[in-house]
Amino acid sequence: MRALTWHGTHDVRVETVDDPEIINSRDAIIEITSTAICGSDLHLYDGAIPGVQPGDVLGHEFMGRVVETGKDSTLEKGQRVVVPFTISCGGCFHCKIQQYSACQNSNPAEKQDMSATLYGHPMAGLFGYSHLTGGYSGGQAEYVRVPFSDFGPIVVPDHLDDDQVLFLSDILPTGWMAAENAEIQPDDTVAVWGCGPVGLFAIQSAILMGASKVIAIDHYPNRLALAKQMGAEIIDFRKTSVREALMEMSGGIGVDAVIDAVGMEAHGFAIDNMIDIVKQKVGIGADRASVLKQALLAVRPGGRVSIPGVYGGMTDKFPTGALMEKGLQIRTGQTHVQRYTKDLLKKIEEGTVDTTFMISHRLPLEDAARGYKCFREEQDSWTKVVLKPGMKD
Amino acid sequence: MRNDRDLGLAGTVAGVGLALGGLAFGAFLTQRRKGGGDDAPFYTRKSPDSDDAVLGRTVTIRKPRAELYEFWHDFGNLPRFMENVETIRSEGDHRVWTIKAPGGRTVDVRTEVSEDTQNRRIAWRSVEGSDIETSGSVEFEDAPGQRGTRVSLVMSYDPPAGEVGRAIAKLFMREPEVQARHDLKRFKMLMETGEVATSARTKDQTRKAKQQENG
Repeated sequence: MRALTWHGTHDVRVETVDDPEIINSRDAIIEITSTAICGSDLHLYDGAIPGVQPGDVLGHEFMGRVVETGKDSTLEKGQRVVVPFTISCGGCFHCKIQQYSACQNSNPAEKQDMSATLYGHPMAGLFGYSHLTGGYSGGQAEYVRVPFSDFGPIVVPDHLDDDQVLFLSDILPTGWMAAENAEIQPDDTVAVWGCGPVGLFAIQSAILMGASKVIAIDHYPNRLALAKQMGAEIIDFRKTSVREALMEMSGGIGVDAVIDAVGMEAHGFAIDNMIDIVKQKVGIGADRASVLKQALLAVRPGGRVSIPGVYGGMTDKFPTGALMEKGLQIRTGQTHVQRYTKDLLKKIEEGTVDTTFMISHRLPLEDAARGYKCFREEQDSWTKVVLKPGMKD
Repeated sequence: MRNDRDLGLAGTVAGVGLALGGLAFGAFLTQRRKGGGDDAPFYTRKSPDSDDAVLGRTVTIRKPRAELYEFWHDFGNLPRFMENVETIRSEGDHRVWTIKAPGGRTVDVRTEVSEDTQNRRIAWRSVEGSDIETSGSVEFEDAPGQRGTRVSLVMSYDPPAGEVGRAIAKLFMREPEVQARHDLKRFKMLMETGEVATSARTKDQTRKAKQQENG
């Protein structure tokens, strides 16, 4: 089959690799019809995540048709499914309390040591996201092997287009969980850093949850325009002093909740951010956390901090004083996708949630490398790239 | 007890290490040593109070105690999650573990069950004449609430005497612990999900991954 493979920093290629096979009895093989490039794929592309190996197939936002099933899969051939990027068994301690992205049984035993050393506990398996999370082949390919197919994938009705439901795999539930983690109350003013797909969905979710005002922060005009279209007020951090503006726009109280939808590769020119860029380049896993630091200072005392943005290492000069003295609550984590898919599918069917507005480009799989390059270098206009393996050039 | 007398030193070293890895699984301490004045398991102490190498691990498995005990009690099941153990067969009162060694060879390690308390604990130790003295146990205890069962595996062994023995011990002090940890996680996977997780894309890659795990 054809698949997008990683070969090094800024080096991804579409190559022919072995087709996936059913290995375990709960597996299914999916023929991919749509697969997106995620903002977090850019962390892999930029070489900021450890444990990626040459030849790894990337991609963790995908959907398609079931073409083969193991004997214990509950899927049927021909069904259309969206597959969560988190691989979860459904039966372990964490799955039973709906912490699906902490599944104890999806990361192969021999792959767990690296993340256990880095984080104190092993991570769950994720599709196409380094060997820290299992080294599973991802979905930027013609076919993918889906473990625990009786538990994760959600069957979608034929009257909904791929573009309407594809993002149930990651960014829609991720934006929703980001807003949920911010524990939004009706009178809240909420600030969201980053108007990429997750930030935009977080804005949409925060508004649906009843926030009285959502303030979006970015510097790309097109992305800020999309945020405004969603109903947010906007701040361009290149032109405006963000902290001062947030204080003023929240009536001098400070924002009630902050959402960092940027993560480890924040733009910005603070001195410590520049030092962190150097550290990232030499490969010692330093997270550039300028957004998170700014968010911790901007949030009001007793406020809530939600972090959907990806971090993978450690960071310097973390404002522990602001955290403690202001009595902040922090909630974060890889998304527990399976917790949200059913309800969000219903919201899509009812028309409460639209996901298609952010897709800027649809490309054949063969053009995936160009998709990565442009998604990274032309972030203003390339807001979301969807690859279609069946599409002709 | 090796069944292949032709193994050279390298083979012996590797074989013993692999044997330990395998035994780590089944292995269990027959005698609990006194703790260090706190409530933590003795094997978590920073300075071991014994010359023996000791390792211990606990996992919580969301299955009833009796079910896990039954599965483990049939030693023939253990190779399903112990990647380096080919078979475990009964010979009278003894269990003979056939363990994979480099170069397609195998080594046999002979053990006897020293304690068997239904639904609670199974312990075993190597018998006279084994290359290495080893003992271990697996213990099953109800976890709080709905969490299932806590499964603790503890193993100790006397490093062989002499210069060569010390070299072997040094080489493999860590390896059995890694093997035991991985095997215990695979046991949990098998019990909770009915299968052992692999990220391989093809069956061929699964075989390669297994060979890698076995060194």
